[in-house]
Amino acid sequence: MTAKADAVIIGGGVHGCSIAYHLAKKGWKNVILLEKGTLACGATGRSVAGIRHQFGTEINIRLAKESVKRMERLEEELDYPESIELMQNGYLMLSYSAEELELFRCNRDLQKSLDPDNQTEILTPEQAADLVPGLNLEGLYGASFNRQDGHASPFHVTQAYADAAKRLGVDIRTGVEVTDIKKDGSHVTGVVTGKGEEISAPVVIAAAGAYTKPLGEMLGLEIPVIPERHQVAVTEPLEMFLGIMVISFAHGAYFKQTPHGSLLLGVGDPEREVKDFNERSSWQFLYDVFEKTTFHLPALREANVIRQWAGLYDMTPDSQGILGKTEVEGFYINTGWSGHGFQLAPAVGQVMAEIVSGEKPFIDVSCMHLERFERGELIPEPACV
Amino acid sequence: MEEDTIICRCEDLTLADIRKTIKSGHQNPQVIKRLTRCGMGPCQGSTCRELLLKEVASAAGKSVGELEMTTYRPPTKPIKIKSMLGADKDDS
Repeated sequence: MTAKADAVIIGGGVHGCSIAYHLAKKGWKNVILLEKGTLACGATGRSVAGIRHQFGTEINIRLAKESVKRMERLEEELDYPESIELMQNGYLMLSYSAEELELFRCNRDLQKSLDPDNQTEILTPEQAADLVPGLNLEGLYGASFNRQDGHASPFHVTQAYADAAKRLGVDIRTGVEVTDIKKDGSHVTGVVTGKGEEISAPVVIAAAGAYTKPLGEMLGLEIPVIPERHQVAVTEPLEMFLGIMVISFAHGAYFKQTPHGSLLLGVGDPEREVKDFNERSSWQFLYDVFEKTTFHLPALREANVIRQWAGLYDMTPDSQGILGKTEVEGFYINTGWSGHGFQLAPAVGQVMAEIVSGEKPFIDVSCMHLERFERGELIPEPACV
Repeated sequence: MEEDTIICRCEDLTLADIRKTIKSGHQNPQVIKRLTRCGMGPCQGSTCRELLLKEVASAAGKSVGELEMTTYRPPTKPIKIKSMLGADKDDS
C-alpha cells in the first residue's frame, strides 16, 4: 500500500515533535511523523532535561536564548493543559580549575556580547554554596551561574508539542519503524515502514538522535553521529532543597531536584563506554554516580536510590548539532546534539520548518551543516559534558 | 469513588487520575507511567502496575497480555547510597 505525504518526519522525540508543530503552524497540510517506539522514549525522555543560556558558541547561545524564552510560556503557546514542570531558578556550572573558570568567563563574555540581557555571572565558591545547601567546597574554584536557566519534564514538553501538532492536522504514528528511505536520482521520494507500508513524500526529515546515522546510510550518506550511553539514578522524593540544576564538567556529573522531590543524578563515562546502542542501565554506574554525587553533596549518603535508567547521547566530532539539508535533495537532518539537545528544540523546530519551507531561518544555522566535517569547519562547543 | 480509590500508593494517584489520562488519548502503560509517574515510586509499581494494566486493557478493549508492559527498573529495592560507597567494584 502506498500513502502520500507532503513531509515525513522520522523520530518522535522533542525535536521531531517540535518540527511537526512548526511545519503545521506554517500551513503544511499532510505531515506524517513516524516513531518506532513511543513519543520521547529515546534520548529525549532519558535526559535530565536541563535548560540553559550558558553556552560557549555563538550558535548555541542564540538558539538557547530563543528556546528558553519559549519554554517560559510553552503551556500557553501550545495550549497544553498539564504543567511542563519548568523550574527556572538557575543552572550552576561548577569549576575545578583556574583554566575552566577562565573558560566560563569567556563564555559569559560571549553570551553578554550577543545578548545584553544575559544574566550569567561568575560566582565564588562561597556564593555557589549559598545556592546549593551542603555543597562540598573542596577543590572548587568558582562557578558560572544564570538565574534564568533551569529544567523541565522532557515527557511533558514533547507531549505538548505532539498534541499541538496533532490539533493542526499532523498524523503522529507511534510503534512504526522506518526500515528504508527511497530516492530517485538525487531526490528523496519516501520511506518504507516496518509494517510494509510505503509512504511517498518529497520531503523526509530525520530527527532520530543517534539512530539518524543508520537512516542516513539508507541513502548512502555518512552522518558522523555516534551513540554514547549516559545513565541516571533517581532518589526517593526528598524535601525540596535544591532549586537549581548543577553540573560539573570535571566530573562528568549533573544533578537536579524535580518539583516532585526526587533527585536525578546523571553521569556519563565517555572514556570507557562502548559506543553502541545499548540503552540498558548497569550496576557499575551506581558506584560511579554515588561516588561523584556524594563528593559534591556529602549529605546524599543517607538518601535512597529507587530507580535508574540509561539513554544515548548522539555525539558528533565537535559536540555540536547537525542541521539542515543534505546532498540528497528533500532529505533533511536534525541530530547530533551531543547531550544538550532537549533544551534547544523550541527554536530548532522553527528553524527546521523554515529551512524545509525554503525560507531564510530566523536564526542563521548555516555553520551546522553536515558538510562541515568534510571541509574541516568544526565549531566545537566547549560548554558541555 | 474514582476520586478516592488509590491506584499508585507511592505517587498518590487515584483511579480518576489514571482514567483522565487514558481519556486524553493514552492507551500505552509506558506512556501513562511517564506522564503521571504511576509506578515510579519506591515500590516500583508492585501494586499499581497490575491495576494500571487492567484499567488500560478495559479502556482499550484488549487483554492485559496484549499491552506493552512498563519497564522494571533496577535496583528492585531502594538502596541507601552510602551502602555502596567505598566498596571494591571488582570484588563482586
